[in-house]
Amino acid sequence: MSESYAIYATILGMALVTALTRFTGYWIIGKVAIKGRVAAALEAMPAAVLAAIVTPTALATGFAETVAVAVTVLLALRCHTLIAVGGGVLTVVALRFAFAG
Amino acid sequence: MQETSIAADMKTMDAESSFLKGFFDMIPLTVGAAPFGLMVGALAAGAGLDQWDIMAMSGLVYAGASQFTALGIWATPVPILTIIGVTLLVNLRHVLMGAALGPRIRHLPAWCRWSFLYVMSDESWATAIKHSAKKPLTAAYVMGVILPFYLNWILFSVLGVKFGHLVEDPAVYGFDFVFTAVFTTLVMGFWKGSHSAPPIVASVFTAVLAHHFLPGVWYIFLGGLAGVIAGAVFYREEQAA
Repeated sequence: MSESYAIYATILGMALVTALTRFTGYWIIGKVAIKGRVAAALEAMPAAVLAAIVTPTALATGFAETVAVAVTVLLALRCHTLIAVGGGVLTVVALRFAFAG
Repeated sequence: MQETSIAADMKTMDAESSFLKGFFDMIPLTVGAAPFGLMVGALAAGAGLDQWDIMAMSGLVYAGASQFTALGIWATPVPILTIIGVTLLVNLRHVLMGAALGPRIRHLPAWCRWSFLYVMSDESWATAIKHSAKKPLTAAYVMGVILPFYLNWILFSVLGVKFGHLVEDPAVYGFDFVFTAVFTTLVMGFWKGSHSAPPIVASVFTAVLAHHFLPGVWYIFLGGLAGVIAGAVFYREEQAA
């Protein structure tokens, strides 16, 4: 197999398994009656997945990131989302700059 | 019989569910993703891929984390099965995400549901879920969320082949943190009183352990799974409205 065929075979294989992951959950949940505990599990899912995504940055990356997440949370309690996001980003940039090197 | 279509949405002129609203809701995340697109392009060039290869990868696979992982282990000859296997593992979280999205897109026309699922990213998924808590999703809004973000990723990953060396480290300008900040505010938006706590606590606890002890992005799938289990375990009858 020539190298360019190998590249395209790899890309197509990646595309196939990725599409599989994207359709499988939708397909399974279509077969289930959504009530009671199943509904509670589904309702919990978005916050749980998002919390897991941000956890390493929030708790296990560094001082700047942990403080910036805290600033984002505090701002989000009182202000518009965009202000909270902007405040968090500015905080992380400032602290990384201050503690660089 | 479904009446929802882009034409019907445009007739109702509902600004809160329009294509533009979806586009605007995604703007911070779109800007934040651009430097990572450039980095993926630079990695691809380093691995010996040209702009057509990365265009195909970003367009067909369209999954940032797995593209970084794949290009990181790319070699000559290409370890085809290893890369495909790792891609499957990195993207396992999509199974959870697709399940959560299911009931919220079921009413949309098939072309819209299938396009959304095919290009479902962490960002577009989270934005659509948040919107659907206030208003039912429309095809126009979903397209506004997914289409510019999709084209943005392809454009910047292709540009990265030539210009990727300009952004060796997006962390300098905090681009990487946009994603974290937006997702943090979204987690707070999903708070619905004390019964929201067990899934989030379980997820964070599991994610810390998984991130420490396991390679790659297992912490997302396992954290999400722990949260889902906690949601089911702590379910009380009175919680159901």
